[in-house]
Amino acid sequence: MSRVHGYGRIDRGRMLTFTFDGRTYTGHPGDTLASALLANGVHLVGSSVNLGRPHGISAAWTEDATALVQIEKPFPEPMLQATTVELVDGLVAHGVNGQGRLADTADPARYDRKHTHTDTLVIGAGPAGLLAALAAARAGEDVVLVDDRPVAGGSLTGTEVIDGRPALGFVADVVAELARLGVRHLQRTTAFGQYDDGFVLALERRTDHLGADAPAHRSRQRVHRIRALKVVVATGAQERPIVFEDNDRPGVMLASAARDYLHRYGVLAGREVVVFTSDDAAYAAALDLAGAGARVTVLDVRDTLPREWAARAAEAGVPVHPSTTVTGTEGEERVRAVLAHGVDGSVRLPADLLLVSGGWNPVVHLFSHVRGALAYDPELGSFRPSGSLPGVIVIGAANGTLDLAGVLREGGGPDAPEAGPEPARTPTKVVWRTDGDPGRQFVDIQRDATVADIGRAVGAGLRSVEHVKRYTTIGTAHDQGKTSGVLASGITAELLGARIEDLGTTTFRPPYTPVAFAALAGRARGSLFDPERTTPLHDWHVEAGAVFEDVGQWKRARYYPEPGEDMDAAVLRECAAARSGVGILDGSTLGKIDVQGPDAAVFLDRLYTNMMSTLKVGRVRYGVMCGNDGMVLDDGTVLRIDENRYLVTTTTGGAATVLDWMEEWLQTEWPELRVHLTSVTEQWSVFPVVGPRSRDVVGEVFPELDVSADAFPFMSWRDTTLDGVPVRVARISFSGELAYEVNVNSWYAPALWERLLAAGERYGITPYGTETMHVLRAEKGYPIIGQDTDGTVTPQDLGMSWAVSKKKEDFVGKRSFSRPENHNPLRKQFVSLLPIDGRTKLPEGSQIVELCENGSLPEPPVPMLGHVTSSYLSAELGRPFALALVKNGRARIGDLVHVPVNGALVQAQIGDTVLIDPEGARRDG
Amino acid sequence: MQLIHCPWCGPREEVEFHYGGQAEITYPERPAELSDQDWAEYVFYRDNPKGPFAERWSHSAGCRRWFNALRDTHTYRFLGTAKPGEPLPNTQRNTEVRV
Repeated sequence: MSRVHGYGRIDRGRMLTFTFDGRTYTGHPGDTLASALLANGVHLVGSSVNLGRPHGISAAWTEDATALVQIEKPFPEPMLQATTVELVDGLVAHGVNGQGRLADTADPARYDRKHTHTDTLVIGAGPAGLLAALAAARAGEDVVLVDDRPVAGGSLTGTEVIDGRPALGFVADVVAELARLGVRHLQRTTAFGQYDDGFVLALERRTDHLGADAPAHRSRQRVHRIRALKVVVATGAQERPIVFEDNDRPGVMLASAARDYLHRYGVLAGREVVVFTSDDAAYAAALDLAGAGARVTVLDVRDTLPREWAARAAEAGVPVHPSTTVTGTEGEERVRAVLAHGVDGSVRLPADLLLVSGGWNPVVHLFSHVRGALAYDPELGSFRPSGSLPGVIVIGAANGTLDLAGVLREGGGPDAPEAGPEPARTPTKVVWRTDGDPGRQFVDIQRDATVADIGRAVGAGLRSVEHVKRYTTIGTAHDQGKTSGVLASGITAELLGARIEDLGTTTFRPPYTPVAFAALAGRARGSLFDPERTTPLHDWHVEAGAVFEDVGQWKRARYYPEPGEDMDAAVLRECAAARSGVGILDGSTLGKIDVQGPDAAVFLDRLYTNMMSTLKVGRVRYGVMCGNDGMVLDDGTVLRIDENRYLVTTTTGGAATVLDWMEEWLQTEWPELRVHLTSVTEQWSVFPVVGPRSRDVVGEVFPELDVSADAFPFMSWRDTTLDGVPVRVARISFSGELAYEVNVNSWYAPALWERLLAAGERYGITPYGTETMHVLRAEKGYPIIGQDTDGTVTPQDLGMSWAVSKKKEDFVGKRSFSRPENHNPLRKQFVSLLPIDGRTKLPEGSQIVELCENGSLPEPPVPMLGHVTSSYLSAELGRPFALALVKNGRARIGDLVHVPVNGALVQAQIGDTVLIDPEGARRDG
Repeated sequence: MQLIHCPWCGPREEVEFHYGGQAEITYPERPAELSDQDWAEYVFYRDNPKGPFAERWSHSAGCRRWFNALRDTHTYRFLGTAKPGEPLPNTQRNTEVRV
């Protein structure tokens, strides 16, 4: 065991059992998986993705590039960092060798999101962030403080002195005061992206650390969507390694990480320790580890040693060698020895832990996400914020301020507490790498990417760090280059003989740490992903065994199979019923817009291709709407309810588009028109009762209504009542049959539906779905906008010149009808297509081709004449049929063409679109 | 995600809005009298400047009302918004007004 008594903030009174790579170990609450592994002497975690080299634990938090694990229990999750997985009882994990594995069952956990608005958001609860939050809260601001660690305090190890007392006591006092002041303070919450205007996304981990004690009702993770007037970035700094040969071996670790393992977790990560540094901070690690019982040697790159630190080291019996660099390591699954070169030549130092410190990289990600400018600071050897952004400030180590006194001042301002005395700083020597074999000097350890790879990129002519990043994949792994990004810039600059100042760094992009898709999806999964709209009859359809289809957001009954029926059989039966007896459809999804106002008639005249102002009250007219380009946008019927009121219907899928279209014209072009538009789609339910016996059914249900053809002609509507409930009936037919569309307030829809079914029972009334509706309309050549059209089809192409007014001076789209292209004889026109074999249902979307006179296909590219837009089996015709758009189609009626189906050519004849009852004799019964 | 200032509702999140293309493209008085070229210019041709650009936006998931905006196409920042018929901020624009 590597656990040291007297150190760490773990709960030693409780024992947790976990399994790693098949072996059982113990740890304590407060451990991470990484600290528990190190406590058990486990350094080897997995192997690298490309080269299969052994990988260990190289850091203590999110900057770790090596210790990737696969969680198996409590629930499989791939590619997590062992350094951030909090230990719980029963955890089962193993190291990742190559790639992780996704669960093959659905994640049972819940995820959610929360919106927060605040005056000031402080990101990071280290000394700077805590004081900034405190200052803002004391000034009366609403404050949110988020921090990614389990507890506040940031990088404070507990050895520091603030305000004359131990730093952690100071932290506890600030946290308590923040709570009293009402600051919303969230730990285990990672701000992973900053966006415009103070918008920050943060991920809160709410249950994993509780293990089996997690309340069942609590969401596992929560995405906080925070909008703040001011964002304070106090995200600290991460230690930068130095690249040397075989630097990816288990047992090579950042110096600050070893200190963290000691002070947070009571773990001494090695007994025989070599510290390789170009910066002062590693001395604290060296002395702390020596104090905990390790034998420590310091190798400092610098010729001038930091005087006070060197004195303390001498006092502690820690030898320090100046002007010395590490050139390699020995060992297999853990470091065995360190190879170094100093003033006395090369040496081999036995070691089980090699700590590295090359200085510090400010964590500028969140500032950079919103395009905050960064500049290279040669003293830091890294990039720091160089410009200001409105509403965003960066403080503390994130701003490049590394001494505690300075950090406290940036957070707390003039009233900041005082830091205890710190040794005077000796400048960091910026060293990217030492001498050695570039093919074994790893820059991005997780990607197995080496100095040699950068050399190849530069040799290939790449001059931008962005290009080098993509060529070498450096910085593209889960850690997104936290430790490797600046090194890659520095080494690239060296190889190019350029200045890193001029080269810059790669762009930081969200997310700062990996975020599960499940967390981003939140509750928007399954049926909550997109609204599901159902009609008041939905339960009835389900009960009746309907098969549903999605039409936009609507769930529509597609057909109602009887036992043993497939879709074709059910639809043939439903069609036959509607054409020979009576059928009934739930058409409630039809879009409906109530158009009211003194200028309603003028308004509709301008938007429809035909005349709506001449429509008489009580009558119905079919209308087509086009865009400015003259292409059909939507169609539907228009009922004139009153002098100043119309009810416009749209296609189910086009309802929102048409309402938006109308509003756009009304608000932006014709604000002088006194018209109001209201969607009433869900207020009215509609049931078309269709077929020769529909008059009997409707007449029986509504005795007050005269349903005779004379009193109630085609394309008119009548109001009536049923048990005091108003009902509107319209003689509209989308099938060519005698039909009555019964409209009622949606509250009464199920009751009225039952009444119609009961009255129709003796006529064999047959509920039919959208598939039958499509067949019936297609047999009559009625197009579905969006299925038979695609935004390049004019009313004339559809054979609907009759619906285009010649009297109106103008309407939307009219001028485009006279563009030369609209008179091109080779425009595609709407026709029917009958397969000659009488058997083949031509697949919708099939291309239409023509054979040469000798019966062979033309040389490729074979000219395409058009395509099949709708295709069905017809009960009435006793054969399949199709609708199609064909070049110059109407002039080609009777011609034979071919359609490729499953590799064979099927012959088909072009015909008129109306295949049933061309005289229209059936519509009056 | 930017905040867009709806002239009726105040600042709201970008996702509540719909883009409506270049502003100040008015429907011609007498389309029938326009040449094919002029009509095509009205229907299809739009400016594409780098810099301030007058645009139409709709607060589609809010009050559902249209308004005009001046937006910098280089930085994406909104320089101002105004109700239809009211003037946009007097910033120099690169857009050329047509029709």
